[in-house]
Amino acid sequence: MKNVIREMRNEKGLRQEDLGDLIGVSRQTINAIEKGKYDPSLNTAFRLAKVMGKRIEDLFQFED
Amino acid sequence: MKRTTSSFTKKRQANLRRLAFWTITWTLSQALVTFGGAFVWPESSTLIFLSILLNVALGIGVIVTNRKYIFEGDELDKKVQLESMSLALGLSIVVGLAYASMDQTNLIPFDADISHIVIFTSLSYLTANVVNRKRYS
Repeated sequence: MKNVIREMRNEKGLRQEDLGDLIGVSRQTINAIEKGKYDPSLNTAFRLAKVMGKRIEDLFQFED
Repeated sequence: MKRTTSSFTKKRQANLRRLAFWTITWTLSQALVTFGGAFVWPESSTLIFLSILLNVALGIGVIVTNRKYIFEGDELDKKVQLESMSLALGLSIVVGLAYASMDQTNLIPFDADISHIVIFTSLSYLTANVVNRKRYS
């Protein structure tokens, strides 16, 4: 699954650790999500969307 | 949005320190049981029993602290732990039974010892944990 979390985070001027604190996950988890190595749970995806002020589908693009 | 924790990393590190403390204390109590029973109070079954009791109590402390450490981790931590534990458990059962069979059929020139399996399980878990963490970094 592709995502634009890194771009959105940079726009907000947040570090990975700051974003992790905001949604209750570690910096390593944010890094893994941004690199596309880990697909977050629905709960985390909703939290990310809320922090970024976007919809989930604006952040994540499903790939077959 | 309000922060869900003051710092997830700080909380995680505090849990890890707590787990390290319990594990080190439990390991020391294991040394107390082994060496105390052999060299310091070999005649006193009461002291041996009490040291084993202390060892088991501290071991329960390790289990409770480890459970808390895993439960309070985030979803990726839990995934890594699950993958590492499932691999360590599977390997321990398969290799452990093969090791016991080798002992029963005298394929090995020594008696199988439970401590070998404990060491094997620990190393399997450690290796799987390092590899899985690297996979997601």
